[in-house]
Amino acid sequence: MMALITRELKLSLRHGADTAAALVFFVIAATLFPFTVGPEPAMLARLAAGVVWVCALLAALLPLDRLFGADFEDGTLDLLLLSGLPAYAVAFAKAVVHWLTTGLPLLIIAGPLALMLRLPSDKIPLLLLTLVPGTMILSLLGTLAAAITLGARRAAVLMPLVTLPLMVPALIFGAAAVSSPHPAAPLYMLGAMLCAALPLAPLGAGAGLRAAAE
Amino acid sequence: MTQGFLHLLTATNLSVFRGERLVFKGIGLSLSAGGMLQLRGENGAGKSTLLRALAGLTPLAAGTLSWDGAPALQDPCAHAARIAWLGHLDAVKPALDAGEHVPVAALRAVGLERYAALPARLLSAGQKRRLAIARVVAAGRPLWLLDEPTTGLDAASVARFGDLCMAHRAQGGMIIASTHLPLELPDMQVLAL
Repeated sequence: MMALITRELKLSLRHGADTAAALVFFVIAATLFPFTVGPEPAMLARLAAGVVWVCALLAALLPLDRLFGADFEDGTLDLLLLSGLPAYAVAFAKAVVHWLTTGLPLLIIAGPLALMLRLPSDKIPLLLLTLVPGTMILSLLGTLAAAITLGARRAAVLMPLVTLPLMVPALIFGAAAVSSPHPAAPLYMLGAMLCAALPLAPLGAGAGLRAAAE
Repeated sequence: MTQGFLHLLTATNLSVFRGERLVFKGIGLSLSAGGMLQLRGENGAGKSTLLRALAGLTPLAAGTLSWDGAPALQDPCAHAARIAWLGHLDAVKPALDAGEHVPVAALRAVGLERYAALPARLLSAGQKRRLAIARVVAAGRPLWLLDEPTTGLDAASVARFGDLCMAHRAQGGMIIASTHLPLELPDMQVLAL
């Protein structure tokens, strides 16, 4: 599985523009908010955590349709399923690669972006702390959605429709952890969701891959 | 060179549905070490589907597939580890070099060693096919499942591919290949679909 992860990382480095596009989208989308709601610091500070969360969510969706799409079209998916790895391990490796190439860079940019949106600087570590499990959950659920919609017509449209409702609970607790005076409980909730998604999403995605390869 | 393979693949009464359509039914085959089976049939006869079913990618509606006398598809991962797969698509990644797909020794077997450092997107269609064949050779698995392996190959490459097949069979490997082009190798079974 490490070999698969290294190979996929190498591929996404070669296609660096795809990865960068998600990050640029993240920055631009978050920058649009001050233009619409006004530059007033108090207002922005109240919105900042939610804006960063939603924009990170949307940006992480961008590379998902190529996660399995390219492999499906060029026949690599059959080879992956016949590599001797179980289908859920293939899906898990893909989720890891998605997090490393999208989730982690988003996490790094989220700090300066939140500062730009006037989030009080003492809240920023907390925001990043919620985004760590948040982006991981997103990668897992996104992999699930990408595998389920694989081979469907208009998969790129269908996939956000599957992923976004599933992400609502994580979004609620992630934003709540930043604004609430007692952040521990929502953080535990996020951790619990990650623990649930960690085995279930790859299993579901593996079944989706097998169905797509039929 | 490597240790020989000694296996037996048998299938009885295979039937496969795709969607609502019965693609084929009642297919039986038996292949022992060093054996080669060629699948023939017109377009749409189910050659590729049979190969996918033998690989465990497409589920069987009926029938049994056994490997050395034991049910083959009970453990899909163990079955996959016996198979070197060449689909009708080459599964070549344009962004990777030819040498990043397979070891250089395998490239030599298909005459592509000069292109090891070349990105695969610059290879011609026939060269990509040869790269995919090199991957089959490099896999070192006992059973080769090949879907139209000679598509796009020139005469010299077809001859070299025949030599690779014979070398694999000499080690006790088994080959099941679909083709509508005549590929004449000695001591070959033919299954018409």
